[in-house]
Amino acid sequence: MELFVFVVAGAMVLGGALGVVVRTHPVHAALSLILTLFGVAVLFVAQEAHFLAAVEVIVYAGAIVVLFLFVIMLLGVDKTEDLRIEPFRVQRPVAVVVGVALVSLVGLAVIASRERTVRVAEPLDVVAQDPADGNVRAIARDVFGEHVLAFELTSVLLVIAVVGTVILARRPRKGELIGSGK
Amino acid sequence: MFAVDSLLDDIEFVSIEFLIVVIKVVVVFVVGLVGTMLMVWFERKVISFMQNRIGPDKAGPKGVLQTLADGLKLFFKEGLVPDQADRFVYKLAPYLAFVPAFLVWSVIPLGGDFSGGKDGTVEILGRATKLQLADPPIGVLLLLALSSVAVYGIMLAGWSSGSKYPLLGSVRASAQMVSYEAALGLSLACVILMSGTLSTSGIVASQYSISRWSVVTTGVLPFVIFLIAATAEMNRPPFDLVEAEQELVGGFNTEYSSFRFALFFLAEFMNTITMSGVIVTLFFGGPQPVKIAGRDDVLFFLGPVSGTVWLLLKVLVFLYLFVWFRATLPRLRYDQLMHLGWRVLIPISLAWFMLLAFFRVGQDEDWNRVVIGGAGLAVILGCAGLLQLAGKVSARNREREGAMY
Repeated sequence: MELFVFVVAGAMVLGGALGVVVRTHPVHAALSLILTLFGVAVLFVAQEAHFLAAVEVIVYAGAIVVLFLFVIMLLGVDKTEDLRIEPFRVQRPVAVVVGVALVSLVGLAVIASRERTVRVAEPLDVVAQDPADGNVRAIARDVFGEHVLAFELTSVLLVIAVVGTVILARRPRKGELIGSGK
Repeated sequence: MFAVDSLLDDIEFVSIEFLIVVIKVVVVFVVGLVGTMLMVWFERKVISFMQNRIGPDKAGPKGVLQTLADGLKLFFKEGLVPDQADRFVYKLAPYLAFVPAFLVWSVIPLGGDFSGGKDGTVEILGRATKLQLADPPIGVLLLLALSSVAVYGIMLAGWSSGSKYPLLGSVRASAQMVSYEAALGLSLACVILMSGTLSTSGIVASQYSISRWSVVTTGVLPFVIFLIAATAEMNRPPFDLVEAEQELVGGFNTEYSSFRFALFFLAEFMNTITMSGVIVTLFFGGPQPVKIAGRDDVLFFLGPVSGTVWLLLKVLVFLYLFVWFRATLPRLRYDQLMHLGWRVLIPISLAWFMLLAFFRVGQDEDWNRVVIGGAGLAVILGCAGLLQLAGKVSARNREREGAMY
């Protein structure tokens, strides 16, 4: 049963990921991305990480990809893009190098950890005590307890990003330069 | 592995447990469809009475079969696909709207015996089980996840039609649904905070008497916000800008016909029922009985069905309320809609949530309640003042630049 779920979800993830790259239409690519996200959510559920699965769907599928689609629909991205035009010259060779490096890194990690994955990991104390809500409690303790500083800093970063976007997107009044304050 | 139903822990195919789950699935599906059919009839009938006319009265007694007739007619119509449509997405979209609407049913506790402080489990074929298709530990979050998936149905329907009015309708819809989801989630968080669990059956179990109903323990405000945000989330009047027929022909579903249109129609009315069910589950104790004259087993003669009857009675109140909204309130303008969502509902629900959390911490630490209330109120008033000030500044700037719309 678990193998079956893994195979199906894995196929969803890989198929979606391929679709994102291969599909020429941006909306279809975004839909493939949703397929990938759902596959990951299913894998989370199979590992009994229900909270992560729900958050994956709510945040990524429910908000971020909706935003992507919103932008695509409003701006009406061109259907075909000329591949010969290279706006940033070094990016293709660099992309190949980074891609190969990433694949070999993940491959090495899998090979190196093969013996260790056979051993059953010890369940977290909190999760073991209360299997129903344990997931949520464990994550909350971790995020709002141990890593609270990093968490708050992240939110500050997001606020800065929002403020920056608002300033960049603001239409300057007549005769005003952005940043001059007048 | 999935922990959705304790019956399913070690399941063998062809066993009583499996049979019970299959029965539950079939019952939930059939009840959902029949309920939707009756809901359409109910809505048309109630609106007719409010508008001083008779409404459907030809098919069946009191016109109750009218929906069935309309449904059959729709199925026999030709299913057109517009020339400019993106065929795959166009065909996919109705299912993306329909399936989430149906799935919400699976996490709502649909009944059970709660009289005398029982926990709602009943015996079917000698096995103790809850009258609820699935009871995942993250039940309430599943509702949010499904409502965020439902956005795709409407959004993609409008886009893939390859026509401008549906596109406008779906752009409005996605903006509206994403905006109101924040207020919806924040008022939901208040309920979770007070009941201390995410599972829907746990939330129902924590509301064992009227004074323990979430609508009381969270202080009414989250319920009001949830009701408004849910109406907007369902695109029902007065928030039905998505299909504002005077401006957009028919909105996102203009180009749809036949079976695919029927799916959208079904999803819309099913959402009304499931949302009423969600409101009752979260704020009004779901299938928990109401104590009348000191007895909580007024419906004792119904036995194990009493919980379902209580749920039905409570849900009917909200169904009537939603129809009443539709018959009474004029549609909002788009900027009013966004103003209400972002500048009114989200700040209020956030402030209320923080205040509840403050009280909760104060309870644990044994602080003085009056001091907590005063300090919380002072902070909230300060923030509200700042927000007002910011609003004034931006309004003045906008006026100086000339209105953009």
